[in-house]
Amino acid sequence: MVTLNSKIPDGPLAEKWSRYKSNCRLVNPANKTKLDIIVVGTGIAGAPAAASLAELGYNVKCFCFQDTPRRAHSVAAQGGINAAKNYKNDGDSDYRLFYDMIKGGDFRSREADVYRCAEVSNQVIDQMTAAGVPFAREYGGLLTTRSFGGVQVSRTFYASGQTGQQCLLGGYTALCRQIHQGKITMYPRREMLELVLVDGKARGIIIRNLITGEIERHSAHAVVLATGGYGTIYYLSTLAINCNASAQYIAFKKGAGWANPCFIQIHPSCIPQLNLYQSKLTLMSESLRNDGRVWVPKQKGDKRHPNDIPEEERDYYLERKYPAYGNLVPRDIGSRAAKEICDDGYGVGDTGLAVYLDFRDAIQAQGKKVIVGKYGNLFDLYEQMAGINSYERPMMIYPAGHYTMGGLWVDYNLMTTIPGLFAIGECNFSIHGANRLGASSLLQGAADGYFVLPVTIGDYLAADIKTPRIPTDIPEFDAAEKTVKQKLEHLISINGKQTATSFHKRLGKIMWDYCGIKRNADGLKKALGLIDDLIKEFWKDVKVSGELNELNPELVKAGRIADFLEVAKLLCSDALNRQESCGAHFRDEYQTPEGEAKRNDAEYKYVSVWEYQGEDNLPVLNKEELKFDFVELKERSYK
Amino acid sequence: MKLTLKIWRQENAKAKGKFETYQLDGVSPEMSFLEMLDYHNEKLILEGTNPVAFDNDCREGICGMCGLYINGRPHGPDEDNTTCQLHMRKFNDGDTIVIEPWRSKAFPVIKDLIVDRTALDKLIIAGGYISADTGSAPEANSIPIPKHKADLSFNANECVGCGACVAVCKNASAMLFVAAKVSHLALLPQGKIEASERVLKMVKEMDKLGFGNCSNTGACEAECPKSVSISNIARLNREYICAGLTHEN
Ligand SMILES: Cc1cc2nc3c(=O)[nH]c(=O)nc-3n(C[C@H](O)[C@H](O)[C@H](O)COP(=O)(O)OP(=O)(O)OC[C@H]3O[C@@H](n4cnc5c(N)ncnc54)[C@H](O)[C@@H]3O)c2cc1C
Ligand code: FES
Repeated sequence: MVTLNSKIPDGPLAEKWSRYKSNCRLVNPANKTKLDIIVVGTGIAGAPAAASLAELGYNVKCFCFQDTPRRAHSVAAQGGINAAKNYKNDGDSDYRLFYDMIKGGDFRSREADVYRCAEVSNQVIDQMTAAGVPFAREYGGLLTTRSFGGVQVSRTFYASGQTGQQCLLGGYTALCRQIHQGKITMYPRREMLELVLVDGKARGIIIRNLITGEIERHSAHAVVLATGGYGTIYYLSTLAINCNASAQYIAFKKGAGWANPCFIQIHPSCIPQLNLYQSKLTLMSESLRNDGRVWVPKQKGDKRHPNDIPEEERDYYLERKYPAYGNLVPRDIGSRAAKEICDDGYGVGDTGLAVYLDFRDAIQAQGKKVIVGKYGNLFDLYEQMAGINSYERPMMIYPAGHYTMGGLWVDYNLMTTIPGLFAIGECNFSIHGANRLGASSLLQGAADGYFVLPVTIGDYLAADIKTPRIPTDIPEFDAAEKTVKQKLEHLISINGKQTATSFHKRLGKIMWDYCGIKRNADGLKKALGLIDDLIKEFWKDVKVSGELNELNPELVKAGRIADFLEVAKLLCSDALNRQESCGAHFRDEYQTPEGEAKRNDAEYKYVSVWEYQGEDNLPVLNKEELKFDFVELKERSYK
Repeated sequence: MKLTLKIWRQENAKAKGKFETYQLDGVSPEMSFLEMLDYHNEKLILEGTNPVAFDNDCREGICGMCGLYINGRPHGPDEDNTTCQLHMRKFNDGDTIVIEPWRSKAFPVIKDLIVDRTALDKLIIAGGYISADTGSAPEANSIPIPKHKADLSFNANECVGCGACVAVCKNASAMLFVAAKVSHLALLPQGKIEASERVLKMVKEMDKLGFGNCSNTGACEAECPKSVSISNIARLNREYICAGLTHEN
């Protein structure tokens, strides 16, 4: 069993991080230049981390699978990034941001880590602004903010509906500056396929060059994973289609604990599925719910044009059920409400799997120009994708897989259970508990990358300054490379009759049906059986065309899907184990009389941390008990 | 819908490529262009043929990874969108569609429809940034910026780095791409400080990488999926002239 020591510093909540910084070990500048760090991933976590580490003097090698670091999926974040600046004078503070996140996560995250994120949030905005991120401004030239779901203050900084792009370009340009300075070597179009441990420490990775197919070895004193989320496990999701769980699964197989895999967020407002060949579901930013009102007809199967349905025949169900937060309820609640109303037969559109998001009232009250200014690009996006002009008729939306709160278990240092292996951004489990609040993921990634990791990694590397550069011609690298080659050769040799994508689609359906918005024991058990069968079928009948030593997208895809199949089992096992409802994890068996999530703090107030036990055994569950010294556990209420 | 597809096939960077013609039945107007290609690829795989390689990721018009020459236009017939945002409802039953990679000396073909665009990264690496080390930033609101300037800066920075501007330019010029970055930063007070140095370095790098000159045809702006304005090129030219006059090195 792994030992789970969260390494939370002593002291009052608001002083932990500054105490940590005052007491942690440091690496002096001359020694930093002798230490190598690998950063896998160039999103809002990885790019700032690579740049900040290089600025400190470390030698950084950075990897991504896209053709350039600027395309990491963070680029697609739309709505904004939170910070406790309190520019609106509406009573915001570090503590309030912390409390909103802890509560939003349904009390399943660590107080100290969440507080630290809130504490550095203002610095993140300062840093991005200094780097040229053009956040939206008031006419007086100062920064402006907007509201996001699950909170009652306005603290979300944004750049139209392209906040992720703008923030990421800030990180990307900082990364480019360090490439120019010779402190970062960038390796695009590379996929990490194995982690190399030497004497139990993470010391390198094996990667495949996606253009030539060559297998390459890279060593370092520490390895940082910033590989993002894997909502793509549902096949259809809001993520880029190449997002995957493989880097995390590789780390898991090498001994890194995987925390809370079943906590996966389904976003309430996405463009519904329109055709059978659809490859992704496009998100419509939550910020739209500031001005858009969600409704369905009061009459089942009402096929009238939405504009012809009079006010009194519309059910604004979120406003009705949650008067205090209305359309701005957190995502898990919004998604569940949409599913329930559609399951009850009130859904709209051809499939009945959609609800309206209506801007009629906002356009009347504020004028079209203001709405264009706030959301113009989102309306354009909707029209391009769905072919509907939503200035004139309401959008149709439906929930879709979106964000993985779970991920690699890390301590306060952001280190996994493998010494020297760090995880930052969406691929760790750190601060979002069972549900993430909008605009807090860009924040967490950037906080990890700019301000937390560069400090905490020093505390680890301080003990490593005498370790010379790690050679790659040692048996550990030989063995790792062999494993990789065997898996790839195996995939090509099967030469079956079904494409990799067809397996992914089938897996996605199983996961959506049994481990999606709502779950129950019977369904999860059934899913586990179905996935086992699918795994067997996959390894017998998948067809991967092309060769090993060439650019081969099918081989890449098949490798990722093989991992997804295993990760899916982990998700279902975790969901089955957690006999409570909390945040995005909703078990039919555990609900309040009003149908809300019913937590079981007495028995499940822990982080579930799964540990790999080899191919033929089930993973073992470890528990990190969560302690709440500063907040009182309450039933979440948004009524 | 039933379509005839003429697709550029090229095994690798060194191989000689050629057009292959395929008949594709059962295309739905709801499909996106890339979903149509997925559908086609699934068929090819099952027939034992290698699928057509093409770049893509976000599939919602923001990452800039997709980029195909469709019937002679970058990103196809629609205005202001990327290839992944194009939908088959814009085509008709019986159409012939010609699909090629970006054609430009600066972007060599890697395989089929995939090209190498690392030259664009090199332009940014040459100087397309503000030197602001982590931790050194002042309070964000200590740098007020007139809203219209911040908005213009944002508009320039909407560039997704797809390279359509280079691909469509008869001179293979990267002027719009460079101008977008120069403008984005020069319009902000915090970017002004290094503006002269930046524009000189980026333009020098552009020449070094073999991108052509700009002859103001405006094709780049017309084909830019994000409508990045050609007025940024005027700003780049101004910045460049001023920098040349004042720069000490
Ligand atoms: C559509 C959408 C909208 C969103 N909007 C918001 C928002 O408004 N506000 C907000 O706060 N959050 C938002 N989010 C969430 C947020 O964008 C993500 O959680 C966050 O950007 C993740 O950043 P990251 O750096 O952890 O990972 P990513 O940006 O996904 O980066 C992952 C990186 O890892 C690399 N990588 C992965 N695996 C490998 C491998 N095996 N080998 C090599 N490289 C690898 C990739 O190439 C990439 O560079 C949104 C998410 C989506 C999908
Ligand atoms: S795939 Fe990202 S812009 Fe088209």
